[in-house]
Amino acid sequence: MTSTTTPWQPSASLKALRERAALLAQIRRFFADRRVLEVEVPVLSRRATSDPHIDSITALCTGEPAYLATSPEFGLKRLLAAGFGDCYSLGKAFREGEAGGRHNPEFTMLEWYRVGWDDRQLMTEVGELLGQVLNTDRIQSLSYRELFQRHLQLDPHSASDEELRDCVAREVELSFVPTGRDECLDLLMSHRLEPAMGEGITLVYDFPASQAALARVTEDDTGTLVARRFEAYVGGLELANGYWELTDAEEQLRRFEADHRYRAMQKLHVYPFEERLVAALEAGMPDCAGVALGVDRLLMLAGGYQRIEEVIAFPIERA
Amino acid sequence: MASYSTNEFKGGLKVMLDGDPCSIVENEFVKPGKGQAFNRVKLRNLKTGRVWERTFRSGESLESADVMDRDMEYLYNDGEFYHFMEPETFEQHQASVDAVGDAAKWLKEQDVCTVTLYNGSPLAVTPPNHVILEITDTDPGLRGDTAQGGTKPATLSTGAVVKVPLFLEIGETVKVDTRTGEYLGRAKED
Repeated sequence: MTSTTTPWQPSASLKALRERAALLAQIRRFFADRRVLEVEVPVLSRRATSDPHIDSITALCTGEPAYLATSPEFGLKRLLAAGFGDCYSLGKAFREGEAGGRHNPEFTMLEWYRVGWDDRQLMTEVGELLGQVLNTDRIQSLSYRELFQRHLQLDPHSASDEELRDCVAREVELSFVPTGRDECLDLLMSHRLEPAMGEGITLVYDFPASQAALARVTEDDTGTLVARRFEAYVGGLELANGYWELTDAEEQLRRFEADHRYRAMQKLHVYPFEERLVAALEAGMPDCAGVALGVDRLLMLAGGYQRIEEVIAFPIERA
Repeated sequence: MASYSTNEFKGGLKVMLDGDPCSIVENEFVKPGKGQAFNRVKLRNLKTGRVWERTFRSGESLESADVMDRDMEYLYNDGEFYHFMEPETFEQHQASVDAVGDAAKWLKEQDVCTVTLYNGSPLAVTPPNHVILEITDTDPGLRGDTAQGGTKPATLSTGAVVKVPLFLEIGETVKVDTRTGEYLGRAKED
């Protein structure tokens, strides 16, 4: 009975898996040429991300909860603090509940760090890698403010809460009333701006300070506080997210605690945060910039695939 | 009443939105790497047939709609209502002109249609994909021109008007695709 009714076959073609193998080799060559060291960090950890919008998958290890890594960030940063220099991880990351045409709860993530660099320098390198893989030189970079001004005639930093809500009400059909500025901005970004980006590589930098996550916050040339964070998109599909990294241990601790308060308030699970990262920052992490990139999506773009299951042999429905 | 969360939304699921029963057409999970998760959903309003696009916060839920499709035999029209019967239980339902909508022009007595019931009463009627109907009016056929292409309008017994080949005449029966309104061929009497 099972042999005829259970779908055991892969959802990706042999062609797609060959493209995957070639891409992984190309990425490794790119970093070997630039003397960035490939390292492996734990996928299974006793600590988890505090990110308000990312949930971890919980496993059991020797009877105690352990979490599947949502990114290799904490491990890589501890290696940086230990003085190991430029490094990258190319491996699996896991996010609870994220499944759809562009998401699989288990996915392949490339994350790398450059010591002594800031976000602008790393953006250039991201553009080089993407340009090489996608065989294109069509790259535009613009600030988060420019992107909103260009398509919505709205300054995302100085617009009032009411202006933002009005803009969302005009642009997006919602089943709910958006509550915060960031929710409004996220809705405009995903519903109106990403589709408007067009073909080619788009690098967006200087995000609102409220969306800093683990990036430094500095003043831009208009005196607005901005997060030194960037995102890379290709054809409107979000591919990578990078930071000029926070190296201040106290600020890191404050952000972990703020995340925990937010999660508790939203009745979300509060995971134990990585105090080893705070300790590593206390000991001193060099100035650096880091970026994480979704390899499955890059593969979709390079091969012209519409859905993520076309590039993953066994996505969650078959895993 | 049961409710469904956004992660259970899939094509064909029947839910209530703004007080109307809807069928989910498409559900796309949208999440910026560092932002909140949303679901962009396309739904067909089963009363009006219109497709709505709506964005939900991931994890929101909608009540299920008490909607089901049943195969029923069309009986007759009493001038106000169209009457249908469930073939197994012989239970009869009356559908309003609104519920029947465009399907009216294809309804032939004893044909089996799909009747969509909402809270137990007919909300919509879908005729069979293919119906066989008699031509009640059309211009006279052109003799000697049977092999040529060319069409003319013909009125069928139910009132529908379709384009048929020139050689067909009043009293003949034809097979029509109700989804496109296209003539498929002459029906063989058996």
